[in-house]
Amino acid sequence: MKVFVDATKCSGYGACAELAPNLFELDEWGYAAVIGDGVPSDEAAARRAAAACPELAITIEE
Amino acid sequence: MVTTATQHRLLTPGPLDLAAELERGAYSPPACDDVIAELEAAGLRGRGGAGFPASVKWRTVADASGPRVVVANGEEGEPSSRKDRWLLLNRPHLVLDGLLLAARTIGADRAVVYLSHEETVTAMREAIAELPVPGLVPEVHVVEPTYVAGEETAACRSISGGPALPTARPPRVCDSGVDGRPTLVSNVETLAHAAWISRNGAAAYRESGTAGSPGTTLVTLTGACAAPGVYEVPFGLTVAELFEVAGGFTGAPAGFVMGGWFGGLLGPAHASTVCTYEAVRAAGSGFGCGAITALAPGTDPLTVAAEITAWYAAESAQQCGACLKGTAAIRDAFAALRDGTASDTDRHNLERWGRTLPGRGACAFLDGAAGWARTVHDEFPDHFGR
Ligand code: SF4
Ligand code: SF4
Repeated sequence: MKVFVDATKCSGYGACAELAPNLFELDEWGYAAVIGDGVPSDEAAARRAAAACPELAITIEE
Repeated sequence: MVTTATQHRLLTPGPLDLAAELERGAYSPPACDDVIAELEAAGLRGRGGAGFPASVKWRTVADASGPRVVVANGEEGEPSSRKDRWLLLNRPHLVLDGLLLAARTIGADRAVVYLSHEETVTAMREAIAELPVPGLVPEVHVVEPTYVAGEETAACRSISGGPALPTARPPRVCDSGVDGRPTLVSNVETLAHAAWISRNGAAAYRESGTAGSPGTTLVTLTGACAAPGVYEVPFGLTVAELFEVAGGFTGAPAGFVMGGWFGGLLGPAHASTVCTYEAVRAAGSGFGCGAITALAPGTDPLTVAAEITAWYAAESAQQCGACLKGTAAIRDAFAALRDGTASDTDRHNLERWGRTLPGRGACAFLDGAAGWARTVHDEFPDHFGR
């Protein structure tokens, strides 16, 4: 599994970094990016984060 | 192995008309059986800036299913580069030969020339009108010139009828580009080299350049040199040797703007850096589209950094929060450094943004702005700390 954040959709300060702190990192303006190569150690948390994103900015490639 | 003799493959003293191009072998069948294998053996890399192996891109689209599209990218949004325009104006049939070769090789039934500068549009339309071969006729697609319009996802989006703005990956254009079809987007110089290789072979291509960066390349040399312009050089010369071709420096340069504006700013000692993809990357920059500007003696690097990062902030397509905020923050910090009003927090922020912002935008534009923070910090410590 590999996770991507669409930077053009992310509106910041969202749930992803709280739900999967090992996978998403917010910058100082609150926008998210995946940490490292985007391959999650906790796949369930990655799915929860994707489902919780209000902008549908998180894509999961199985 | 470095060949120092300048052998011109693409560069000519003036425009070549159709008859002259036909004499040089344009539109004749390739001399090799397997074009993609020949490109791989030649080690041809993309000349739009990323330097990605051409054979890998061609093969990915060739192996995709469904109808395919090929795009010749001549948008040249890089402000200090002129080489794509030179090629389109002077060797339009060489570019078209490469485009049709790519279309045949990857099995595309649609070919598009993607342009933004008026004179190149006229030149390409005239060349297409006199195409001497039956079959696929390339379309011309014209966009407003902006930096990001030349990005391959922006090109596909524009040709599909949308705005010329980048989209996030995935999907990659080789899977889903123009109208959702697998698309090969190739810089016009890459296509010209591909046509040359199909006629002359990989071994001949490798007679110039180095093992890791084979062949010749077009470069745009500007700034403090006697004869700024577009030149063709083998890979493997030093920056100073490159500028010898342009009449030499007019004074000891204060630094070098590398790879268009995308490679940041290298210090004066890099006159001896070798121009290969590997060596320029090891120097902390990028060869990019081969545009290098030598800063005039006495130029303040912080003034240049403030000007160019202000341009980045203005040119950001403002689609991504990190790019909108990040380019503006870098601009403001460099302006404060230039004006002597910067705090230690500004310096610390710039240093950190140079490391952390690359990769946070949908396209590489933000990486370019961050590269200015990183290279000026690393290359000009005295100025950075003033
Ligand atoms: S939840 Fe979605 S919109 Fe919010 S920060 Fe994360 S990716 Fe961005
Ligand atoms: S990184 Fe900047 S230029 Fe690239 S798509 Fe995002 S906002 Fe546009």
